[in-house]
Formats: sequence, structure tokens, C-alpha cells
Amino acid sequence: MDYNNLPKDKFVFARREGKIADKKLDTKPVGYFRDALRRFRKNKSSVVAAFIILILFLYAFLVPIFSPYTVDDRDGYYKMVLPKSDLFGWLGWDGCTEQQESQAGYDYYCSIGVEYGTSAVREVRGSTVDPNTGNVNYKLYVDSYEKVGFTYVDLTEEEYTALKEYQNNTGIQVVYPMPANYKTTFVAVTNGANLWYKLADESDTTSGEARDHDENGRPIYTADYLMKKNITYGQYDSLRLDLPGDGEGGLHYVYAVKNQTGYHLRVLYKEYYNYQNGHYATHLFGTNQHGQDIFMCLAYGARLSFMLAIAVSILNLIIGVIYGSVEGFYGGTIDLVMERISEVLGEIPFIVVATLFQMHLAKKVGPIPSLLFAFVLTGWIGIAYRVRTQFYRFKNQEYVLAARTLGASDKRLIFRHIFPNAIGTIITSTVLIIPGCFYDESMLTYLGIVNLETSGTTSVGTLLSHGQTYMSTNPHILLFPALFISLLMIAFNLFGNGLRDAFNPSLRGADE
Amino acid sequence: MLKYVIKRILLMFVTFFIIATMCFVLIKLLPLPNAKAQGRDINLVLEKRKQMGYDKPILTQYAIYWKNIFNFGSNGSKGWSPDFGIGEQMYISQSVFDVIKEKLPYTIVVNLYSILIAVPIGVLLGIYAALRKNRWQDHFVSTAVMLVVSVPSYVYAFLVQYFLCFKTGWFPLTVASRETATFFSWVMFVSMFPAVLSLCFGTIARLCRFTRAELSEVLTGDYLLLARTKGLTKNQAITRHALRNAMVPILPMILGEFIGILSGSLIIEGIFGIPGIGKLYITSIQLRDYNFFMALTFFYTLIGLVANLVVDLSYGFIDPRIKMGAK
Repeated sequence: MDYNNLPKDKFVFARREGKIADKKLDTKPVGYFRDALRRFRKNKSSVVAAFIILILFLYAFLVPIFSPYTVDDRDGYYKMVLPKSDLFGWLGWDGCTEQQESQAGYDYYCSIGVEYGTSAVREVRGSTVDPNTGNVNYKLYVDSYEKVGFTYVDLTEEEYTALKEYQNNTGIQVVYPMPANYKTTFVAVTNGANLWYKLADESDTTSGEARDHDENGRPIYTADYLMKKNITYGQYDSLRLDLPGDGEGGLHYVYAVKNQTGYHLRVLYKEYYNYQNGHYATHLFGTNQHGQDIFMCLAYGARLSFMLAIAVSILNLIIGVIYGSVEGFYGGTIDLVMERISEVLGEIPFIVVATLFQMHLAKKVGPIPSLLFAFVLTGWIGIAYRVRTQFYRFKNQEYVLAARTLGASDKRLIFRHIFPNAIGTIITSTVLIIPGCFYDESMLTYLGIVNLETSGTTSVGTLLSHGQTYMSTNPHILLFPALFISLLMIAFNLFGNGLRDAFNPSLRGADE
Repeated sequence: MLKYVIKRILLMFVTFFIIATMCFVLIKLLPLPNAKAQGRDINLVLEKRKQMGYDKPILTQYAIYWKNIFNFGSNGSKGWSPDFGIGEQMYISQSVFDVIKEKLPYTIVVNLYSILIAVPIGVLLGIYAALRKNRWQDHFVSTAVMLVVSVPSYVYAFLVQYFLCFKTGWFPLTVASRETATFFSWVMFVSMFPAVLSLCFGTIARLCRFTRAELSEVLTGDYLLLARTKGLTKNQAITRHALRNAMVPILPMILGEFIGILSGSLIIEGIFGIPGIGKLYITSIQLRDYNFFMALTFFYTLIGLVANLVVDLSYGFIDPRIKMGAK
């Protein structure tokens, strides 16, 4: 057969109709981020950490909006009250604490609440007698909210009228009868408004011990109120309590005393608080020594830290990426000079930078912006370094050369072709700036280098430094901020680990 | 090698000089505290300010500052007696250098104790975890390390102070005075122990994590297989080959931890009232005593630079196979 001259008619088209093409893939392509997400989801601890971060984030942003308290609410009476939850009181989260008291303390705390039908002492948990002196020592379970009891207030004419009107409208008794000894300034007992009963010792330095006791040492209270013939003494024409002895012999208990500026009253503080604020005081995390609600302040401080940290990481990202790209892409002398600059900047101790910024700028732009500047001044160096490394790895690869040959501009080469390779590490290090920021910020505010006391705001570090003073007596002030920051740090570290693994292309498909 | 070391040291000094200049200028631009205050020898302060050239341009002041630091034999003293000015707001009219010299041992001793405790525990835990890799012991140690590394050091300080000092009363709340106890006496150690312990946690965890990572990488090496093949027992192979190689990066890390910790104990010193450098620094900021602030800024910068340098160079000294500065 002559293979050189094959007749044309021997050839037949195999398939004339229809196009021959590759079969379309049934599976969906897995992109970089989808792949990272899939690998991230496999890492259970990181997912849990992500949820914890989300919860803490929501706590920080929602609580300041919905909380009835603000940072400026500094209640002089509910100072250092213990954490209390209306829902979980049965778990011991009830704002009560056990304390050792002498007979006088026992009488004092038991008396609070007798007039309005509750008691500051929830439970007497035993008593011991000192064999030498014969003094009794009681172990009491005291409600830190109830024990505030009564207080004296001075109101103007309008305030007084409004309060009486409130009483008449709601039927809630706020004003209580004045004790006979209301003018005495008791030194030993801080709040003389609670001493409504007959005392064993009525001098200024009274210990608060009641006059009479039964054979078990329990106090027998005898009311000792100020009395006047005129029932509307002090122009009090509102609710009166049905107390024994009121009206006897034509004498009536006094509810208010007029003075030069207005009226002097004895009010039940929890009701008065409700009258003023529209809610009773319930502090989930207690209050600190300034009477600030810790639950709210912590959220407020955390929100500040979150916003600061996010702003810092965005700024660092922008500066770091641009700086690192220019360094890595152009190389040579530019790289050398820029690298020296960042090296010198990076060697300045952060604490020095932060201090100098505070000293120079805090008065002009406020402590928080100057802290932001301090973070940004050296914070971008890490990201710039990573970007630079990636550029050195990729800039001489063939596909970049091809793009350059096709006429791509420097900008296009940098941001379109090389930069996307670095995205994984950049995201990870940007996210990990946040816990670093939190830590540094809490440290600086704790040490007082950044002073937020005067600017009407607060931070986790400030709360920690408040708590440290009262650590031995009221550890709860310290507990919650410390717990918060520890939890946040652990969660961010776990999350960061998961993120790093997820974005690491060498692990792609490793465990499938 | 020598050339490389000299080059690195020179570079370090150049960096230090640049940073020092920047800090000096920035601190000098701050408003000067009033010289008149109670309990202060105003004449001495004014005299000293004049000597430091406070009325001259900043760069001239800077030259005078350096001249005073390199003060050999003048002021009637023998040898090197650097002059960093005198305290104007705190340790009034006392030489800054003398006060720092007096405070520095506290910081060093606390850090020395904490390193002495942390290094054996951290390294041993790391070795243990590496040898039990992927078993429950390893998972337990790794998880614990993860948690401990994350929690800020001051939280440990609070816990230690609350439980060991307040609740149980095992340790005193303040550091023993130097009049009654020397630095390496038992009383001093006990009084410093809470601070030492708080510093330890982080160091132990970091060392453990690092040791585990290094050793488990070494353990997969081919030469270890060879060592086993030629008849060494597992223990022999680990102690003679694996550990020695794993130590190459671990030892520099320990060095770095020690030097780095000098500047990292600011907050711990504050909490436990250790009269060290960190406390001095914080007080100098609060009271705006710029002479102290300047000297301590220089100190911290130098510490950071030296730490980096020592870590980098120590690789070459520990492992003869590493050629420093080779291209």
C-alpha cells in the first residue's frame, strides 16, 4: 500500500456533530479561603476559641449600650458591694459574704431591715465565746446590699415635694422616721441613720450595741425615734408607717426636719436608689471602691481596648504592607536603608515609646490617641518584615517575570501578583496584634503610665489597679477584670494557632 | 568570626547612639519641673542644671551629657564615675547613677532566682513532653503550656499574692530589707519568692514549648536512627545525640530570657513592692524626674540591644558548626 498517497475517500469523520470538549468538572473548585475555612473548622479548640472571642466581643459592645449603669455612676453607698445576680442567687451569686462580728456588730447588722421587714443578716452561722473575756464572736452571712440600710439626705423644697408625690403615687415607703439621736455624728459607726434603736452607749463613739438582750444574747430592739406633737412636723404629709408607739400620748414620729436649705430626711437607701435611678441596684460583678459597676466598666474598658486594638491592627496592616512591599520589591539600596530604619525603630523599648508619647501628646490629643500613635510607631515592623520575606520569595518567580514581560506595572505586580501570596501570614499576624495590644494597654494603664482617671473613661488595666488596693478584703474587684483578660488572651492564642495552621498552604490536604 | 562579632558590636552601638539621641531630644523638649520644692537643695539643683548646660542648645547639652557619662577621674574620683545628673523629684540631690547602682541588684537577684527555678523545670517538662509525643502526657503538658503562656504575668502575681501572701500567710508581703538580710540569704529568698514565682510561670511555659518543639524535631533526624541501628539504647541515643543537638537553640533562648526578663519585670516589681529598677522607672515617670527617666531609658534600650546581640552571637559559640557572618 502506498502510504504517501492515500485516497481521500478512505477517511471518514469520526464525529461531525457536537463539540468535543473536556468534560465539565462535577466538583466545585476549592479556593484559598474556602480551603482555609475548611481546615480551620477541623480544629475544634480554635473554633471554640473563636466563639469565646465573639462572646467577649459582644459583651464589650452590647453591655455599655444596654446597661443601666455608666462609667460615671459612682455610688457613694454601694461601694465594694459583692457580685449579685437575680437569676443565679441560689448558686451563691447573691451578694452576700460571711463576716466575723462582735456583739455590737451583730446588733447593728440585725437591726437593719427590722423596720421594713427583711434583714441584712441572712443567716447566723454560729458563734464562739472568748473564754478569757467572755465576748461573743458571731459568724454572720451578711447581704452587702442590705447592709447599707438607711442614710440621711438633704433635699431642696422641690425635691422633697417630688419625693412625697412619688410615695403617694406608688405607695412605696422611702422616708422613714428619724432616730432621736440623729444629730449625733457617730464616729465608730459610719452610718448613724441605721441606729434607730435604744443604744447601750449613746455617745459619739458608740459601737452600735443595743441596750437590751435576751438570755441568748439576741438583741431586743426598742425603737428610739424623734417625736413631736405636730403630726405634719417638717411638713411631712405623705405615707406614714404603722409603727408601735406612733401617736401615743399625742406624740408623733418625725419624718423630716426643716433646715436652712431644705429638708433633712432619713431614707431607706435601696428604695431611694430605685426612686432616683428607676431600678434597684444589682451589680452582676459587684462594684469597686468608687461604687462603679464592674460588669459595665469592664465591658466599657474592653470596648475601648477592642477599638484601639482594631484601629492599631488596621493601621499597622496598611503601613506594614506598603513598607514591606516597597522594601521587598525594589530591594538593593532602598531595601538596605529602609531595613535599617525599621531596625532602629524596632529596637526602642515599647515602654519608652509609650511613655514619651504620653508625656508629649496626652495633654494635647488625649491619652488614648497618643497610645494609638505609640502602638503604630513600632507595631507595623513585624508585618513589614513578613511581607518583605514573601516578596523576596516570589518576586523572581517565572509567573512574575511573565507578567512583567507582558507589561504589567510595578503597582500591578506588587498588589496583583506577589502580595496575594502573603495574605495568609498577614491575616494571622494582623489578628495577633489584637491580644498584644490588649496586654500592653492593660499593662500601661495598670502602671499608671497611661492615666485614664481624669478622662471619664476606664480600661481593664485601670480596673485591675483599682482592685489591687483592696485585694485582701474584696478580691472580686480584681477577679473579673483578671479573668476577662486571661480568657481573652487564651482564646486569642488558640484562635491564632488555628488561623496559622489554616492559612499554611503546606498543610493543605495533610489530614484528609 | 572575630570580625563579625566586632562588626555586630559596632552596629549595636550605632543603633544605641541613634536611639539615645532621639530619646534625649524628646525628653529635653518636655517642660522642666520646678526646681523649687520642699526638701530640696535648690542651689545644688541649679548648680547641677548649669553644669549639665540646661541653658544651652539641646545638642550642646547632649554633648555635655555624654561627656559627663564618660567621666574618668574628674570630680576627684578614681576611675570611671559616670554622671547622669541628680534626682530632682525623687531621691533628691542624690546621684542618679548611685541610686540605679543600688537598685539594680534587686532586679538582678529576683530574675536570677526565677531563671534558676524556671530553667530546669521548663527544660525537663519540654523533654518529657517531646519523649511522650502525641500521648496523653504530651497533650496534657502542651495544653497546660498553652494556657500558662497566654495568661498575662500580672494575673499570676495577683493569684500568688492573694493565695500565698494573704490567704495562707506563708510569705511576707514585702521584700526583706538589705540591712537585715543579704541578697543570697534564706530570708531574702523567702521574701522574694512570690515575685520569683510569678515571673517563673511564663518562662517555664515558653521554655517547655520551645524545648518540646526543638527536641521532637531532632528526634526525627536520620542520625538518631543510625545511632539506634549501631546499637545504642534509646536513652543513650537521646542523651548523647538528641539532647545535645536540641540544646543548640535552647541555650541562647535561656540567655535571651534572662536578659530580656530584666526589662520585663516592671509590673511584677510594682505589685510586690520590690525596690528594683522597674519600680524606679515607674516612679520616675509618675514624678516626672527626667534625669532618672533618661538614664533608665538608656538602660532599657541597651539591655534590649545586648539581649539581641548575645542571643545571635551565642549560636556561634555554642555550636562550632555554625559559622557566624558567613555568606
